[in-house]
Amino acid sequence: MLNSSLLSLLIWIPIIGGVLVLMAGDQRPVLARRIALLVSVLALGFSVPLYLDFDSSSAAMQFVELRPWIESFDINYHLGVDGFAVPLILLTTFFGVLVVIAGWEVIQKKVHQYMAAFLIMEGLMVGVFCALDALLFYVFFEAMLIPMFLVIGMWGGPRRVYATIKFFLYTFLGSVFMLVGLIYLYIQAGTWDIQSWHQLPLSLAVQKWLFLGFLAAFAVKIPMWPVHTWLPDAHVEAPTGGSVILAAIMLKIGGYGFIRFSLPIAPDASSALDWLLIALSLIAIVYIGFVALAQQDMKKLIAYSSISHMGFVTLGLFIAFAIFRDTGGTSGAALGVEGAMVQMISHGFISGALFLCVGVLYDRVHSRMIKDYGGVANTMPWFAFFAVLFLMANAGLPGTSGFVGEFMVILASFKASFWFAFCAGLTLILGAAYSLWLVKRVIFGEVANRNVETLSDINAREAFVLGVLAIAVVGVGLWPQPLVELMHASVDQLLSHIIQSKVQGA
Amino acid sequence: MTLTQILLLIPLLPLAGAIVSGLGRNVVGRNGAHWITIFAVAASCGLSFKILGWHMQGLIGVENLSVYTWMVSDGIKFEIGFLVDHLTSLMMCVVTFVSLMVHIYTIGYMQDDPGYQRFFSYINLFTFAMLMLVMSNNFLQLFFGWEAVGLVSYLLIGFWFKKESAIFANLKAFLVNRVGDFGFLLGIAAVVMAFGSLDYATVFAAAPGKAGDTISIIGGMDWNLMTVICVCLFIGAMGKSAQAPLHVWLPDSMEGPTPISALIHAATMVTAGIFMVARMSPLFELSDAALSFVMLIGAFTALAMGMIGIVQNDIKRVVAYSTLSQLGYMTVALGVSAYSAAIFHLMTHAFFKALLFLGAGSVIIALHHQQDMRYMGGLRRYMPVTWITAWLGTLALIGFPFFSGFYSKDAIIEAVHLSERWGSGVVYWAVVLGVFITALYSFRLLYLAFHGNERFEVVNSDEEHLPDGQVAHAPVESPFVVTMPLVLLAIPSVVIGWYTIEPVLFGGWLDDSIYVLERNDVLAELGHHFHGATAMALHAVQTIPFWMMVAGFAVATLVYQFRPALADMAARRAPGIYRLLEHKYYFDELYQRSFADGSLKLGQGLWNKADAGLIDGWLVNGSAKAVNWLAGRVRRWQTGFLYDYAFAMIVGLIAILGTWVVLR
Repeated sequence: MLNSSLLSLLIWIPIIGGVLVLMAGDQRPVLARRIALLVSVLALGFSVPLYLDFDSSSAAMQFVELRPWIESFDINYHLGVDGFAVPLILLTTFFGVLVVIAGWEVIQKKVHQYMAAFLIMEGLMVGVFCALDALLFYVFFEAMLIPMFLVIGMWGGPRRVYATIKFFLYTFLGSVFMLVGLIYLYIQAGTWDIQSWHQLPLSLAVQKWLFLGFLAAFAVKIPMWPVHTWLPDAHVEAPTGGSVILAAIMLKIGGYGFIRFSLPIAPDASSALDWLLIALSLIAIVYIGFVALAQQDMKKLIAYSSISHMGFVTLGLFIAFAIFRDTGGTSGAALGVEGAMVQMISHGFISGALFLCVGVLYDRVHSRMIKDYGGVANTMPWFAFFAVLFLMANAGLPGTSGFVGEFMVILASFKASFWFAFCAGLTLILGAAYSLWLVKRVIFGEVANRNVETLSDINAREAFVLGVLAIAVVGVGLWPQPLVELMHASVDQLLSHIIQSKVQGA
Repeated sequence: MTLTQILLLIPLLPLAGAIVSGLGRNVVGRNGAHWITIFAVAASCGLSFKILGWHMQGLIGVENLSVYTWMVSDGIKFEIGFLVDHLTSLMMCVVTFVSLMVHIYTIGYMQDDPGYQRFFSYINLFTFAMLMLVMSNNFLQLFFGWEAVGLVSYLLIGFWFKKESAIFANLKAFLVNRVGDFGFLLGIAAVVMAFGSLDYATVFAAAPGKAGDTISIIGGMDWNLMTVICVCLFIGAMGKSAQAPLHVWLPDSMEGPTPISALIHAATMVTAGIFMVARMSPLFELSDAALSFVMLIGAFTALAMGMIGIVQNDIKRVVAYSTLSQLGYMTVALGVSAYSAAIFHLMTHAFFKALLFLGAGSVIIALHHQQDMRYMGGLRRYMPVTWITAWLGTLALIGFPFFSGFYSKDAIIEAVHLSERWGSGVVYWAVVLGVFITALYSFRLLYLAFHGNERFEVVNSDEEHLPDGQVAHAPVESPFVVTMPLVLLAIPSVVIGWYTIEPVLFGGWLDDSIYVLERNDVLAELGHHFHGATAMALHAVQTIPFWMMVAGFAVATLVYQFRPALADMAARRAPGIYRLLEHKYYFDELYQRSFADGSLKLGQGLWNKADAGLIDGWLVNGSAKAVNWLAGRVRRWQTGFLYDYAFAMIVGLIAILGTWVVLR
């Protein structure tokens, strides 16, 4: 009974909870916070059976729900999860709780609306990861922009209007192309069922157009170079919680989209255009690494570092085709795809934690500029401990989750080409350079000014949030097996599917 | 307890000590921190010696034990586990013993420091990381330990994080090491590609079968797979073991407190690269080209870095350059397939170099953190224990017969002499000349610090910061916790070579861990001429290295005991060479300008020009402006006047009718 509607619960508990919080009204912030916490913990609680009852030995969709929605257009309320979706849903509900706690006393203005926006966003994002009906996916995919738009627009920084418009138009423009592709596929297949589309034979030319349509949507979302410039602006203007969700979850929807749509629907086009994706990924890793080095704003630095790290996701996914071609087998390809998935989860933890760290400083000093800090370790030793830990994880230190995904993708890309591994490996130097230079300028040194001198160390609430993330980062770093185990079957199925051409039947 | 449990305790005790004394630093307090960490490292030292004893008695053999499966992906098993053979147990003992000495010494050296507990936590953590590195049975854990020691080194160099020079040095150290690790990771990736496994045993067993394989990297040119793997792995070793041109971080690492200079930057961490290559001997033996490369890099480092040591005035930096030079000797030994000799020198060096660093630290405490040798002199009257142990360490370092360093260094030089590796002829002269240089800078240090006239003035004041050349109180011998480690390290520095040369080099003690092709086995050949440790020492007077050492001693004695003016005169006569040495061959300047400044400029350029200029300014905001402009134009058509709309309707009607007519 529970399992047959578990996914619906995970989607609708936060959304309905969000509406309830909204009803608490502006005058009762304490109540709003408490309901929000309760709802998010409830959602996290319901994701426990999702993890426990998920059969990782099967690649089939699980916890499936199928009900007609708009019958005249064959649109169904069709949900289900596999090894790709489950880790991302767990990540979403996990962060759902953390952002509520992180915004507890920081947000004083319109608390009920803030909490509601995050809860509703959480439900919609879970929906994106569960949807097996393309139109349902599209609805969730677009709908989640709205709460994020509001979060940045209402609780954001001084240039929030520019940032919100840029964020909205950028991502909306990309997804319009995807919509055209979805409609085309509906007309061809006569159904919105994504899994049926996976089996649909398509000519190479059609696949290429579809691939580019999906690319427009997902490349912006993840984001890939050169359509990444909305991200630094959005991050800089967003409040801490907005940045955390944006970096930790929303970017992953781009990666998830490649896995759910681009690769299985257009495998031949993916193979034909893999050079483009690999090139863009490597540019993201190297070019953006240099750009991150030049940043003077902590949030921008982390935003650029995110783009660079997401380069490993797209590299890991598309390296598979180069491996097929060069070696004729799939050996090494699974390492790349699983590495991409691990990188997404790990980046969720690390980037979320880093934005929270910046938030801790911003709440006290009201500046994000590096030059306004220096010697923070003198007054905030516990904060310094966490910040150095997360920045080391960001630099890919073994023993932290940041290492695992990059390591797997670099190992896999060496199979395809020495030079892919060489360029990707440069992140070892660049990532360390921008992360640790930040440590040197902000954390270490003499106390730089009055503001730093009067800083108070993190309080229990902040320590809890950062501590939980630290456990996650180190846990995945020391034992990634439980995480990768979840996806083995789905990855194998994906690879055996995309290695076969779909052109013949068309 | 099973063997696995004992082996697990060895690294995990220091880890637990680090966590308790670090996170609970306010709970355990200063004394709690040092008792907990010292107990942890003492226990792991005791257990390490127990393992060594079991090996010596033959109770255990080569033990390859898996602890847990880190991950399985793509059919590759990533495991955490221990490989305990003779090489491992030797390294475990060296690491834990030196670490224990340094822990005890730290009680005295850091007694007034506010970061007391943090320091103990870090050095315990270091011991854990180093043990994970040497005990590993696979490349993954090796890389974990490799980076983890780098992390602790970073934290410790920047221990005094308020000091600008310290936080510059630790950033530099980490980044230069990352350049090496970049190569190392590519090497590991190449191993995984070639062998589909990260397990030492599997890879080593399959390696001979891949000896002839090639890989294309640039265009159609085929490279020998083993050479690519070995060179990549060795680049990692160049970073960690500070071989030129990746050596630049080690002298700067002296910004850290002296105990860690002894532990990390002399005895253990910097030898990780040497250990790694010896561990990988089944791979390196398959590539003569890679071994030649290793040997040449080592020879350059051994000679060139020793020469810089002659002109340094900071007592710790002299020892640091000496360390670089000695690491070069070890690398040369690896390059001529004398892996056992490299490990043997690693061991003796760990003792005498830790001793010299701790001795330098003792001097530094006595002079209230004065490190400049120009303001020392005559200290033997004030601190006899430090003085005598420093002499013993120096004699070991320069390779005086019967001292430990003599046996290990002589073995390396003789091995190079016998080697037929491409380039070994030149390398032989480099390492022989290196002996002269070593003796010269070592005695210079001894004379400047302990002998001659006092070049400082005791002013008996309570001022915190006195000008150079003035000390607040007369120097006194350091406390017992400082001198005891000096004495305990001096003993092996003197005798360990004599005792162990036969089993380690010629008795096959390391045969279970190190693999040498018969045609490369110079040590076996050397063994034919070996008639016992005493005979070897007595025979030394007939060899060139011995007289090189005597010459170095003589020059140092003449210049620094009797004719100090000679040194200045030499500097004046050859200003070019002097400046070159003083500027350390301009490596730092070059790297700062090209890599550090260049990367930053590149980043700024890409950001301002490409990101903000082209993509955002042109494409994104440009298209927004274009839409805006177009809308502005179109808007003007909506004038609000009836005749305009009527006109537009007529035009539209004509256009539609016209189209209909044409298409019909």
